[in-house]
Amino acid sequence: MQAQENQQARKSDARDFVLSVEGLTVSFDGFKAVNDLSFYVEEEEIRVIIGPNGAGKTTVLDLICGKTRSTEGSIKFRGKEITKQKEHQIVHGGIGRKFQNPSIYEDLTVYENLEISFPRGRNVFGALFFKRDDEVDAAVRETAETIFLDDQLDSVAGLLSHGQKQWLEIGMLLIQKPELLMLDEPVAGMSVAERKKTAELLNRITKGRAVIVIEHDMQFVEDIAHRVTVMHQGKVLSEGSMERVKNDEKVIEVYLGH
Amino acid sequence: MSFVSFRATFSRHDLVYIGILAALLFAILPLFLDIFRLNLVGKYLTYAFVALGLVLCWGYGGILSLGQGVFFGLGGYAMAMFLKLEASDPESTKIQSTPGIPDFMDWNQITELPWFWEPFYSLPFALLAIIIVPTLFAYIIGVAMFKRRVGGVYFAIITQAIASILTILIIGQQGYTGGVNGITDLRTLLGWDIRTDSAKYILYYLCCFLLLVCLVLAKLITKSKLGRLLVAMRDSEDRVRFSGYDVANFKIFVFCVGAAFAAIGGAMFTLQVGFMSPSFVGIVPSIEMVIFCAVGGRFSIYGAIYGTLVVNWAKTTFSESFPELWLFAMGALFIGVTMSFPRGLAGLYSSYVEPFILNRWKQLKSKQNLKVSAEQARV
Repeated sequence: MQAQENQQARKSDARDFVLSVEGLTVSFDGFKAVNDLSFYVEEEEIRVIIGPNGAGKTTVLDLICGKTRSTEGSIKFRGKEITKQKEHQIVHGGIGRKFQNPSIYEDLTVYENLEISFPRGRNVFGALFFKRDDEVDAAVRETAETIFLDDQLDSVAGLLSHGQKQWLEIGMLLIQKPELLMLDEPVAGMSVAERKKTAELLNRITKGRAVIVIEHDMQFVEDIAHRVTVMHQGKVLSEGSMERVKNDEKVIEVYLGH
Repeated sequence: MSFVSFRATFSRHDLVYIGILAALLFAILPLFLDIFRLNLVGKYLTYAFVALGLVLCWGYGGILSLGQGVFFGLGGYAMAMFLKLEASDPESTKIQSTPGIPDFMDWNQITELPWFWEPFYSLPFALLAIIIVPTLFAYIIGVAMFKRRVGGVYFAIITQAIASILTILIIGQQGYTGGVNGITDLRTLLGWDIRTDSAKYILYYLCCFLLLVCLVLAKLITKSKLGRLLVAMRDSEDRVRFSGYDVANFKIFVFCVGAAFAAIGGAMFTLQVGFMSPSFVGIVPSIEMVIFCAVGGRFSIYGAIYGTLVVNWAKTTFSESFPELWLFAMGALFIGVTMSFPRGLAGLYSSYVEPFILNRWKQLKSKQNLKVSAEQARV
């Protein structure tokens, strides 16, 4: 009860949260993929969103990063409304997003992939006159080490394994030092060993940032989640710790039960 | 300010390639060709400017424009307008009903020079217009298309439509543009007769020099982070966008650079060939230029220049003997290249010729080393 009151009190002052989504709705030709959705992400929190296929999980990430425009509602990042911002402005604000299929630059090397993601020289002339100095080099090497690719810097990214591509994309986000990191099924298609490593990686990188993860692998979710949001038909079905969510009857019925 | 350090931009290979190209253009061709043929090569080289721009737009940026003739034409027309005004002084046009205006205007019952022709009396204005008008036009098209995320086939079709529209406009506005004949009978540049053999040599060398300047600029762009970003956009545009880049701006930039290159080519065309007409603006020449680029290799700035020369040489040779077959040959060439060797001549070179040369080079070196070590052993 007390916790709920706390939550209520906090909602009034959105600046306390890294991200606050309120009354978010998007409709595609009348179909509401996300319907009056609200949730809040705190500092250094790993939030996992789960739910059956078509629940609107990926759409929520699309809405936050600006890929899809909302019909109604608000998304506040550190108290600032971002629903009207352009994609690159949202990125500059400090939100990074990893896609479901690893999207990396296959024709470039691992080094170049990371270098391009380094947050400097982001306009046309900045890119034209960009210099690979020590600061860039150090950041690239440090990030490569974090994502277990420090011995692959000169490999063409297209030749990496599926798991390594996923890590590379995470690395490309990390080098931008986002305050909110959004990952869409980061361990899909990974081997058991790779999953373990990824879980470690995520636990390590949450220092100083919040993370939203969409995932189906329940073991992985248990390993990393601080809190879980269950979505169903564009709405929040249940929210809380993994323990609580797992025992929620509604959740068992629509998602975990089968 | 330099883009990056000189050594990082130009590898030893690049210096060799640029050296070979310069030797070919500045020494070998002028030595072995008479001025008629050399002038013809000069004309082909003006298309190479367009092909070079296409390497940046299409090869690197993945933006296929089927309307580069528009920019080539705009550059060429800007040059032609200046030259035409110079050729139309009251003295040499005194038989016209309105002396002092271009002849085609007089034929179309126009009695006064249109306002947009006036500034072309000035050479500095004309030179600026050659670059600025096409680049500005490319910028407008770029903003209208890329900011709305129009791309791929749709962009190609729209550029083709623009090429078609501009041709129709030029032909329709005969009194202002010279219509289907274009702007002809150009004689002097600031009193210097551009039709003489010596002028043709000078213009040829100027054209080669400008082409090499554009080549170096293109190389600088492809070697900068912007060049890598273009490749990245081709691989995964959304990833670039969600890494904090405004993707449209980069496409607009590279499209404008392509347009500026094409415009320089167009102006050099007018100077060397002596006229400009809508037949270099429309869909057919625009697609031909894409073919030059494809044959040479759309990922290689050197390939684009050689491709242009080879295809045009073939065109001249074939169309002298089998004029009606040439278009079919051209079509077949394009399909053949894109299907069986998409990286063009440059691709063939880098996968077959280059390894051979490098091997030979290594063998030579090791032989020399053997000799040296044998001698040392003897001593």
